[in-house]
Amino acid sequence: MSRVGRNITVSIDRLRHLGHRQDRPRRIASDASTCPKCDSHYSGDEMHRNLRVCPACGHHFPVTARERLEQLGEPGGYVELWSDLRAADPLQFTDLKPYVDRIREAETKTGMNEAVVCAELEVRRVPCVAAIMDFSFMGGSMGAVVGEKLARACEHAAQKGIPLIILSSSGGARMQEGTLALMQMAKTVIALDALAEAQVPVIMILAHPTTGGVWASFASLGDVTYAEPGALIAFSGPRVIEETTREVLPADFGRAERQLANGQVDAVVDRRELAARIGRVLHILAPPDGEALVAAPSGWAQGGAERVGRVAQSLPSLPGKIMGRIRPGSGNDDGPAA
Amino acid sequence: MSGGKPDGPSFVRRVTGKLGRSSGVQVDEDLWASIQLARHAERPYTLDYINRITSDFEEMHGDRLFGDDPAMVAGFGRFNDRAVAFVGQQKGRDTNERTYRNFGMASPEGYRKSMRVMEIANRMGMPIVTLIDTPGAFPGASAEERGQGGAISRSMQLMWRLDVPVVAVVIGEGSSGGALGLGIADRVLMLENSTYSVISPEGASAILWRDASQAKRAAQAFKPTAANCYRWGVADAVIPEPPGGAHTDHEQAAEILGQYLQRTLLELEAQTPAERRVVRRERFRRLGPLRDPEGGVAMASGRDAPPPG
Repeated sequence: MSRVGRNITVSIDRLRHLGHRQDRPRRIASDASTCPKCDSHYSGDEMHRNLRVCPACGHHFPVTARERLEQLGEPGGYVELWSDLRAADPLQFTDLKPYVDRIREAETKTGMNEAVVCAELEVRRVPCVAAIMDFSFMGGSMGAVVGEKLARACEHAAQKGIPLIILSSSGGARMQEGTLALMQMAKTVIALDALAEAQVPVIMILAHPTTGGVWASFASLGDVTYAEPGALIAFSGPRVIEETTREVLPADFGRAERQLANGQVDAVVDRRELAARIGRVLHILAPPDGEALVAAPSGWAQGGAERVGRVAQSLPSLPGKIMGRIRPGSGNDDGPAA
Repeated sequence: MSGGKPDGPSFVRRVTGKLGRSSGVQVDEDLWASIQLARHAERPYTLDYINRITSDFEEMHGDRLFGDDPAMVAGFGRFNDRAVAFVGQQKGRDTNERTYRNFGMASPEGYRKSMRVMEIANRMGMPIVTLIDTPGAFPGASAEERGQGGAISRSMQLMWRLDVPVVAVVIGEGSSGGALGLGIADRVLMLENSTYSVISPEGASAILWRDASQAKRAAQAFKPTAANCYRWGVADAVIPEPPGGAHTDHEQAAEILGQYLQRTLLELEAQTPAERRVVRRERFRRLGPLRDPEGGVAMASGRDAPPPG
């Protein structure tokens, strides 16, 4: 059984593969990836087409921020924002290696300047601002640049009056920026409120993992919150909890499916349905111009109201004494409050 | 929590062992001593201050949703002839009390209790003072399943939305999101020997050095002292402690804190709620230096001068 406990993705492919999985070639092509859950091999192109979800078992692989933007919108259909912001090293921090070296390595490895990419795009014809975190850049950790870009994304979306989509995939605050990284939690929580004031919805997508200071700040404040299957969503990770409290945790601790049962997310959504799902909810919460819902009462609703009125008229009127007793301020302190 | 790929532990131990022997890293003993003072067993805790600077303090209990969290204290009292709401994490002094108070590590119920009290204070037009003293929010399965992350983020959101003056004081150990959950304020004050950090030195040591014994070195790297937080712009003022530290004289420590609170509240009460909210947002908005080719080399975030007094 998988670590997640149970798959919520029912895949026809999975059933098809189960019968002759042993017969699959064990040789791995140079551009292939192997599913850590079911050992199936796929070429890079096949994975790309399937949105980096294993067609056999539904395991969700990590996705880079830019590929995410293509998955959500149209290929090449986004305009990136504030891409030249880069980290400083306020503490001259060194752990096992200097922070500046870690940044340089991450930049080389990922081709990105930071752990979040912001862009304007359309999701199913709804114009949005999106802020997509990328775990491959220093664990998606939130330092001053991530905080600043998220705050700008909030302000930009509020000012334009269009929805904000945030996809989180982060271990939490960036240790190497110390106390100033902690303060990004405050910055993002406050910035997110600009959207509430502008009456614009925030769609939060929790990808694996969403932990620490990211879960304890903006990531837990979405209006609509979807989680990807199997994503770890927690303030303290399982390892920290087991070391601190000596508790034995269930295998699915903090996973998206369990957090759905805990009431922490609105739905667990398969990545292959994510864009359609976001599009659908945005068409209700923030319909694009020309598609606004018409608020005219239907014949059914009118008929209903008349019926309710008729029923109310036919009820016998209540004696005034009884009404008087439960009215507050009538002098009877022991009576129940209205 | 970030870092490079996990190397083999034995390899890491060899490398760190070598680093430890070389004189490359100097551990500043004064800094370590100050961090130890921040969590001194005899240091005054939240209720020690509240009981000295207020009269008629009425403590509230329970979040009306699940339970009462003894790691968080919240209530109303009289402070210099005005009604003030106080909330803060509470540590224990002996083994029994430490267990009862869960070492000052609050659960979601604690943050929800404090939110309940802050909402009442806001409705009644009462200023709010938070006293921060925690190694972090409680890392337990129960806390997680009841929404620890959301409790902290909603506490921050509520504090940002408040109309009344809000002052946060770090009185001891201010570690991680558990501390910041009470930290969204018009003014953030820090006691001279308190710390405000993204994580405790022990936690950082285990994560970044993969070795729990590197706490001193982690502290050296984070430098989370009150004076540094003032330089970074994280703290607005540093409150002096009695000679030798707050643990040497609780009465005097409380008296000095009361004087600073009084002065800060008078300043804030002279402003309108709208003015306070602009400053509250801006003080967090500007924190965190970065390289912006359009806006200059680095965004100014702190001060160069040491704290006055």
